[in-house]
Amino acid sequence: MNRMYSNKLHILIFILPALLLFCAILIAPIGASAYFSLFDWNGFGEKTYIGFSNYKELFTSDAIGFLKALRNSLLLAALSVCLQLPLALALALALGKKIKGERLFLSVYFMPVLISTVVIGQLWLKIYNPTYGVLNVFLRAIGLESWAKIWLGDKATALGAVLVPTLWQYVGYHMLLLYAGVKSVPPELREAAMLDGASDAQVNRYIVLPYIKPIIKISVIFAVTGSLKSFDMIYVLTNGGPLHATEVPSTLMINMLFLRNRYGMGSTIAILLIILCFLFALIISAIFKEED
Amino acid sequence: MRNNSKSAQVAIYIGLILWLLVNLFPIYWMFTFSLKSNAEIFGENVIGLPKEWLWSNYASALGTGKMGLYFLNSAIVAVSTIAITLSVALMGTFALTRLIWKQKKTLNKFFMLGLTIPIHASIVPVYVTLSRLHMLNTRWALIIPYSAFSLSMAILVCTGFMNEIPRDLDEAACIDGCSVWGIFFRIIVPLMKPAVATVGIYTFLQCWNELMFANIFISKTALKTLPVGVQALSGQYTTEWGPIGAALVLATFPTLFIYMFLSKKIQESFIAGAIKG
Repeated sequence: MNRMYSNKLHILIFILPALLLFCAILIAPIGASAYFSLFDWNGFGEKTYIGFSNYKELFTSDAIGFLKALRNSLLLAALSVCLQLPLALALALALGKKIKGERLFLSVYFMPVLISTVVIGQLWLKIYNPTYGVLNVFLRAIGLESWAKIWLGDKATALGAVLVPTLWQYVGYHMLLLYAGVKSVPPELREAAMLDGASDAQVNRYIVLPYIKPIIKISVIFAVTGSLKSFDMIYVLTNGGPLHATEVPSTLMINMLFLRNRYGMGSTIAILLIILCFLFALIISAIFKEED
Repeated sequence: MRNNSKSAQVAIYIGLILWLLVNLFPIYWMFTFSLKSNAEIFGENVIGLPKEWLWSNYASALGTGKMGLYFLNSAIVAVSTIAITLSVALMGTFALTRLIWKQKKTLNKFFMLGLTIPIHASIVPVYVTLSRLHMLNTRWALIIPYSAFSLSMAILVCTGFMNEIPRDLDEAACIDGCSVWGIFFRIIVPLMKPAVATVGIYTFLQCWNELMFANIFISKTALKTLPVGVQALSGQYTTEWGPIGAALVLATFPTLFIYMFLSKKIQESFIAGAIKG
């Protein structure tokens, strides 16, 4: 059998489709994007080599507003780490202690993750509608007329209004990961601590949390890189408006590509996004290692 | 102490139930307003059950709104993507776990890079290539990129399951005169059903909900998938909310229906995708 399994031709036939598909769509394009980012190019005509001018322009031009877009996505990242993860963790810890209705809670909390972001975005567009949306109708009904706002059309509230449905959708995802972690804590550890007279809170603090730290790390990485890459929800709710108040790198990239035909610049944003995602993943991993 | 933990228990339940309602309310509201007239949605009956069940909203969404078409397109793209991802991943995993060659560990790590590469990376080159090959506005423009982006996760899951199949089975089959193909198709693939289900579900959800590629690579109405179609439909019906609600329900229904029966499996597939990577 070993001879049959070492046959070069067999190996090639089995691995080639995966390798071709993977390289053609995921690996080669990274190189191609990096290459395009050095050119001024409208996608079909001649390319003009301009070195790192695209990168320079991106970081200095106020008209493009890349730094503002980056700040917005970092703000979304910070808020999702500070709001979404603690909530998800609290839910996971509560569900992890064999509570009645555990499966039901878990399944409902996870449900929004499965629904298309476009559907959720459209739904929240209706919830936020200034005249007929449930949110303003509710505020008026309880006498808080003055709180009713044009949530997505006001520069002051738009970013927050985009964040809420995103949090709403993904709390369940982080909860599920953390819950899986909480469930994997060996019961003996828990029982031993209980016998020593530890309270629930102490068990969580000194047994469960240290045990699930690797999963917390994954959750933080996903929350941050997910925010950096965020596109769908913002595209549906505001498409970066009003007046770029909710612009993020992805919406900017799509605008550069398909409204302004600046393929070089679009590629530059794509490359920066990839670098930022890897960089943040590394930084977060390093921070978690530091703590050990 | 007892009392204290009792009240803590109650507080936890109240919190859990509150969050349950926060999760369910928008979905409940979506279902109810999909069956209401504007008059009900806009004032008479904002959050109650519909007084008059207006199924005509669904007729509009399916008819003028073309939801039936988008639904079919999404289904074709999803099924083809799943088929390609699974065949390519199963073959690849067989080479990576069973066959004997030096670089397979390195190559496995290489494939795992795909778990962290954002789709942004390939948007320009893939768009340019598709347009040169005149493949924009074809189903392949979505099926191929979706398969590629599902591949790493698929290989990851398949590797886990395939390593658990005892190698004695291969030996026995080999002694019985099976070729590599025989072993792969008759022994390995039939035993990979749980992996196939996990990968299938995960891939289905990824392509059913994907917006960015679908929005850019397809502009022909006849080929649009659900997320893009829902966007188009909501532009069409700006003032009438009922049909939009109906479209949202139609787009979500299959996912929630599958989830009702396979909630555990679906949750496991998400955990596998995140934690093992």
